[in-house]
This record gives sequence, structure tokens and C-alpha cells, in this order.
Amino acid sequence: MPERDRPADEQLSAARPGGMQANAKSETGAYRILPAGDSAIVIEFGDSIDRNINSQVLALAHRLSQEPIEGLIEYVPTFRSLMLHYDPLSLPVSSLTAHIVKLIQDLQFREISGRVWHLPVCYDAQVAPDLNDVASRTGLSPAQVVEAHSAVTYHVYMLGFLPGMAYLGDLPAALVLPRLPTPRLKVPAGSLAIATTMTCIIPLETPSGWHLIGRSPISFLRWRPHPEALLAAGDKVNFAPVSLDEYEKLAAQSASGKLNIMPVGETAEGAA
Amino acid sequence: MIPALRVVKPGLRTTIQDLGRPGYQRFGISVSGALDPVSLRAANALVGNPLGTGALEAAYVGPTLAVEAEEVRLAFVGAHATIEVLPDVSAINGQRMNTLRSVRLRRGEAVRIGSLSRGAVLYVAVEGGFDITAALGSVSTDTRGRFGGWQGRALMADDRLPLHNVRVSDRDDYRLAELDVSPPRRLRVLLGPQHDYFPDDAINTFFGSTFAVSTDSDRIGMRLQGPPIVQANEATFTSDGTATGSIQVTGSGQPIVLLPDRQTTGGYPKIATIISADLPALGRLSIGSQIAFELVTLEDALNLRRELSAVIAGIRDKLEPIPRTNVEISARLRVSNLISGVVDGQNWIG
Repeated sequence: MPERDRPADEQLSAARPGGMQANAKSETGAYRILPAGDSAIVIEFGDSIDRNINSQVLALAHRLSQEPIEGLIEYVPTFRSLMLHYDPLSLPVSSLTAHIVKLIQDLQFREISGRVWHLPVCYDAQVAPDLNDVASRTGLSPAQVVEAHSAVTYHVYMLGFLPGMAYLGDLPAALVLPRLPTPRLKVPAGSLAIATTMTCIIPLETPSGWHLIGRSPISFLRWRPHPEALLAAGDKVNFAPVSLDEYEKLAAQSASGKLNIMPVGETAEGAA
Repeated sequence: MIPALRVVKPGLRTTIQDLGRPGYQRFGISVSGALDPVSLRAANALVGNPLGTGALEAAYVGPTLAVEAEEVRLAFVGAHATIEVLPDVSAINGQRMNTLRSVRLRRGEAVRIGSLSRGAVLYVAVEGGFDITAALGSVSTDTRGRFGGWQGRALMADDRLPLHNVRVSDRDDYRLAELDVSPPRRLRVLLGPQHDYFPDDAINTFFGSTFAVSTDSDRIGMRLQGPPIVQANEATFTSDGTATGSIQVTGSGQPIVLLPDRQTTGGYPKIATIISADLPALGRLSIGSQIAFELVTLEDALNLRRELSAVIAGIRDKLEPIPRTNVEISARLRVSNLISGVVDGQNWIG
């Protein structure tokens, strides 16, 4: 049964007795509008990592990008909800909520189109400290891990944690592992990492409990001609394995601002 | 030479902050900005700047700054601190300054700010502002993303912060007599978005307890020590959006109040959210402070927000000129004497 057709109680956590500010049904499925203080609301379409739920989030975000609302400061898509930050002195929450309810009613529920990227990554053991460990935990050879990881077209569910960092899913079932029991205090910028059903490239040196299976030379925040994140929620990503030599060349280009990665295409909008 | 403030001592965590960079959270970019945006605005008002101009946010221990411009006008608003104007950076004693006022300094003079008390942060605004490039519309330092502000980091000794102005306007300095920037004893909240993850006794514990601000607090989050706030069951929680003032609760029951450098999304349920009118007060809380939470209605929250907006809109009306007194003029003469090498036989006491 598609997620959107499931009853709300099944879609949402069992640990939630009431407490809803607004409940509504629409053709996109069940959702809740929750207050987050006096200047933000959460439009929650579900409580799990699920492409169908995420498509609803991104469809609403896309709609808001086309039709800005006066007083709405920004919208932040996550795996399963859309957070709206607003100015309560110019946009009463009742008006905002009414507007959102109407938008969702009229929303054509389909997966929005996204840009397609081919991103170079290097799986060489010298830049993949956990590759052998992941192989032994999954019962695969390192080469099979690389093959499985690079065979998938990933969906960008959301950006978060660090500037420009995209959560990409879903990993092939064979590669799903829990996070490390003890996070590393520092992992290098560009680390290609996996944990649970997600993979990501960590854009900045940071503590992390993810398994490191490679390195990417790409910069995920671009400052010129104007500042922007490379990836956006809804994009699709393929990883293109490169040798260590090639990685080092690309990394040098990237460091001098000469590595210009462009999308290779765009997916068609499709009914989900 | 480009007019500048030279960092002699950086203080504990001095960053450049303005009102932040909203609008980019969907790219994982934090809002950042002043922990106490009321004090930031007041400091800017005192030096005649647009209220959202980037200023120094000193935390816990202030910096020592040397003037490398013909003149600068600085203003100090926030926590209490010993602020001294020094005739030169090597001077031992200086003229004491109060907060909530501006002061005009000449080339070669320096200002030394000691340990902060009654608040976590002190803002130092400079007339005309710093001549630094905005990133995504803001000069705020993003300590997690390591960009914005001055080289994306807290100040270090020997940094030279370029100034827009070589000289300052020739007028009296100002003070702000009536502006309460003291840290709060309680913070007002609205429940949610995930208070239904918590049983009634956890909600009662949350509102019935006093919490202490833990030492592992920073510009990202304020960890609180107190009785654990226990969730109904060990439900997994899928990351969703955060707000400044969100109170998330970890699996072990520890509340963490999210601050301006917070991640844009978070993986813990949020029991309550601090009302927007209390966010400036939240930012004043220092490590070890005791704090309690009070539930209010959305209507209360909006009324308080309007009151705060009125206070901000009225800040400039509350400026009072400080007449140049004989004491200050004679102090200036002593500075001149010291700079020109004439010993006046007295200690430098303000």
C-alpha cells in the first residue's frame, strides 16, 4: 500500500497521543501542522525516511518557491516534513496555516523534477579508511562494496548538518550498517560516508560516526558567481569512481576554484 | 594604511555578528547572528549605525583592541565587564568605562575588556562598521560552517579588522539610560512541536524544575543540567527542522536549547520552543546560570513580541548625549602627555 494511502495513525509514530494543532486529509495523504514556537510551523507528512513522504514535502516546497507568501521568511524541507519560518507580526499563523492547507489541497502529488549529477569519488583504500571494515561487516569484497555503492542513482532527501551537505538515499540493502559506536572526533572534508540507509559527502572537517568509504574532490558550497549549495533536495546523484591520481588532480583543480561541476540533465516530473 | 582595530588579545570567543543570514537553511546553512540581538542593536544605536550592522560579540572574556585609525567610536552593550581605555597597548592602567555608552578613541589608544559577569556576551559596535565582505547577505561568523565574519572564525591575536571610517563624527558620546539587558531567570515557551513524545510527568518535570546551563554550551546549543525529561518510549525520531529556541531532548533526557549556530535540522524530539520575544534574553545566559521555563499562550507570545519590537523601535529615542566633562578632558590631556612622552607624575586612573 502506498504510504499516502495508509491511515495517519499507521504513518505516524505510535508514541503520539493527540497534541495536534491541525489535522487534514488531502489527495496527497495525511499531514499535520505543528507549532514550533511563535515564528515557525512544521508541516509533517510522516515520521519516517520514505520517498513517498519526501516527495510530498518537496512538492509543497516547490510550490512555495513558485508562489512566495508575504511574511514567509524561508522553508526548510527535511526527510518527512517542511518547516516554515515566518514573521508573526506581518503574517498571522492562522492565515499561513489556511494558505498551506489550500496549497496542499490543490497540490498535484508527483515527484518534482530534479537535476541529475555525476559526481567523481575516489574509493581508493588510501582515502577510504573504513572500506575494508565495511566489506567484512557486509560479507562483500571491497570491490563489491564499491560496485554496489556506485551502481545506485541516489535521491537527495534534504540538506542539513553542515552547509551544502546532502542526505542521499537509499543505499543498497547490502550496505546498510548502523553508525560507528564511537564517532570520530574529526573526519576530513570530502569524505564519502555511509550509515543506515543513507550516504553523503561530508563537506567540512567535522566529528562523524559514519563509515568512510571514499573521498570526493568537490566543493559543495560555491561562492561565485553567487553563493549557492551545489545540490538541492530533489536532485539525483550518481557517483563516478575515479583513481587516486585523478582524484588528486581534481582536488587540486577544486582547491583553485577551477573544478566546475555541472548537472548532466534533469529528471522528468512523474506521478508518484 | 587601512584604518583598523588590531586584536591585541582576542578574548575567549570574540566573533563578528549581525542579525544573521536567514533564507539559506534549506541548503544546510545556519542562520547564525547575535546571541543577543537587542544588545547588538543598542550598541549600534550608540555609535549611530544602522541597528543590524555587524559588531564584535565577546563571550565570557573580552578582547583588547588597539586603534589603528585616526579615530574610532566604540560602544559597549551587554554583560557587565571591566572596560578600560588605555593610552597605549602597553599601559597598565586605563580609564574605566561603563557599558551602555559610546566612547571616542584616538590612534594608539586601546580598549581592554576583562571578564564578563551578569551575562554571557558583550557587544562592541564601531561607528561605520567593519569593512568586511558579507557572505550570503550577512557578516555573521558561522562557527560551524567556518565562513562569514572575520575569516570564518573567532578573533585571534594580531588580526587587523578593517574599518569603514578613518575618522568619526564630531559629536558628544551617547549613553542609554534605560535598557534592561540583564539575563533572565525564566524563559517563556510554547509547547511543541513534539511535546506528544513526552508523558505528563515529563512535561511536569520540565515546567517544575530549575536547570543549570552546562559547561559544554556554545553558540550552537545550550545544554541544561537538571532532572531528566524522559520520553514516553524509545521511539526513533527522524530528523526534522529546528528553530532558534527549540528545546530538544536527548535520549538520556537532557534538554538542549538551540542557538543561532544550530544545525538547520535535528534528530531529537523538541518538547517546547522559546517564544521569539525571549530569544535575546536566552542569548545572555552564561554557563552555570539557573533557568526555569514558563508556559504561555500564543497570544501572550505575540503581545510580548510586539512589546519587544516597540523597545527596539524606540532605542534611538532613548539615547542621551554625555556632556564632555572636565574630568574627561583632563584625562584626554594626560593621554596626550603620555603619548608625547611627558611624564605627568601620576598614575593613569580614570
